[in-house]
Amino acid sequence: MKHARIAYQGLVHEAVVTEDGIQLNDGRMVSEDQAVWLPPVKPNTIFTLGLNYADHAKELSFSPTQKDPLVFFKGPNTLIGHKASTMRPSDVAFMHYECELAVVIGKEAKQIRKEVAYDYVKGYTIANDYALRDYLENYYRPNLRVKNRDGCTPIGPWYVDKADVKDPMNLALRTYVNGEKTQEGSTADMLLGIPELIEYLSGFMTLFPGDIILTGTPKGSIDTAVGDEVVTEIEEIGRLVNTIVGEEAFLSN
Amino acid sequence: MKTVRLKMSGIQHYREAKVDVENGKIEIAGTSYKQEEVSYDIPVSGTVYGTLLNYQGEYKQLEKAMYEAPYLAPPKAPILYIKPVNTFASAGSMIVLPEDISELEMGAALGVVIGKSATKVNEVEALSYVEGYTIVNDVTIPHDSVYRPAIKEKARDGFCPIGPWVVTRDSVDSPNDLQIRVRINGVLKQENNTKNLIRSVEKLIADVTAFMTLAKGDVLLVGIPEDPPVARINDVVQIEINKIGILENTITTEEALVGGRA
Repeated sequence: MKHARIAYQGLVHEAVVTEDGIQLNDGRMVSEDQAVWLPPVKPNTIFTLGLNYADHAKELSFSPTQKDPLVFFKGPNTLIGHKASTMRPSDVAFMHYECELAVVIGKEAKQIRKEVAYDYVKGYTIANDYALRDYLENYYRPNLRVKNRDGCTPIGPWYVDKADVKDPMNLALRTYVNGEKTQEGSTADMLLGIPELIEYLSGFMTLFPGDIILTGTPKGSIDTAVGDEVVTEIEEIGRLVNTIVGEEAFLSN
Repeated sequence: MKTVRLKMSGIQHYREAKVDVENGKIEIAGTSYKQEEVSYDIPVSGTVYGTLLNYQGEYKQLEKAMYEAPYLAPPKAPILYIKPVNTFASAGSMIVLPEDISELEMGAALGVVIGKSATKVNEVEALSYVEGYTIVNDVTIPHDSVYRPAIKEKARDGFCPIGPWVVTRDSVDSPNDLQIRVRINGVLKQENNTKNLIRSVEKLIADVTAFMTLAKGDVLLVGIPEDPPVARINDVVQIEINKIGILENTITTEEALVGGRA
């Protein structure tokens, strides 16, 4: 089942999405043009993996042979729902998308072995982890000025129950900019897969229900321009749509 | 007497109280208590953002290396990190020493508690976005490199004691002249002052909110003074910040902690 959070007629609702449309928790059917998509999970801790696909690490000229995986956190200010707009600051020359499989944690996890790691997963969603590379600095890289901006991490449109995804480690990821395919990869190419990530993270800290792990992106991240429609798509999960707006238009909106 | 907001164990709502910081007294609903008689909960609920390299002494120690790999250049904008919610702990709580680690750095930080949503705030108005100030122990496993985010070193459960309370903004004349002392088992181990900040509290708020929003309830740590003292098993750690109070925690083992108090 696909679970969404929707703003509709002055209230936030939990909803499920079926072939018939969006059904609110109270049973009402809502048409998509009346609904505002919110991030499907109220964020707790948001983990993000950097350089977790060998081809993307190569693209950024990094050696994938690091001792620990590159992990960083995001604040709740970064998340924004499906079909929203993300602001591109006027002074930025390189702002690229990153299509990522996001894992939603379903129960408290501490020192979990990878063999049982999926027991702690609730479901999966799609995240687009924009980076503003102009602001990269070599301290706690990628620094928050690159990765922790308001609304720079579209997520959704919904999360899909774990049981509905046959093999999360073998899903095609694709990004389309204005309809043209610009990124394609497979979750099969992750350096650390979902079970390994849960084992690693829960090895030194407790994961809680509602935590989200963004598992990294394959190669093919290119610059995006004001007005671009960026669609990040993951097989068996869905399509997440976002539009880039200019700073002036964003602020005057 | 200073006005504070606090959260007491077992009570859902925040309470207001008066504190006599110098004498360690707290007055709640007209009754006076010694500070240690009250059971404190975590007084904030937002995101905790830490700031790297914001004390002159800390900056100077790394300055030469800033021109070499992997840093290559001094930092331009504030370098922040997040202490996630699993790290939050209250005044009086135990800090767990991980099994394979022998000592922990006690990061004595002034925590600026945000009072209203702050985006692109200018320096002159910055303090009007502040609700008040608290004390944070940014517990860290010692490590040398600050090139990659220090998740494993900073994000362990309970690695961010906060409290005991939030002193309201108007009770503190200047957040840029507060003496900080760290005592371990009663012995003074570190002394510094927020006047040694590179970015003042106002400037830091301005430069951070230039690129991201600080929401009501978020806490911005202004930095950790150079040479944070280390604590070992069973050490009692006190971080005192003038006009704010004293945050006390004890280092223990995971084994001793399970089931509650060691």
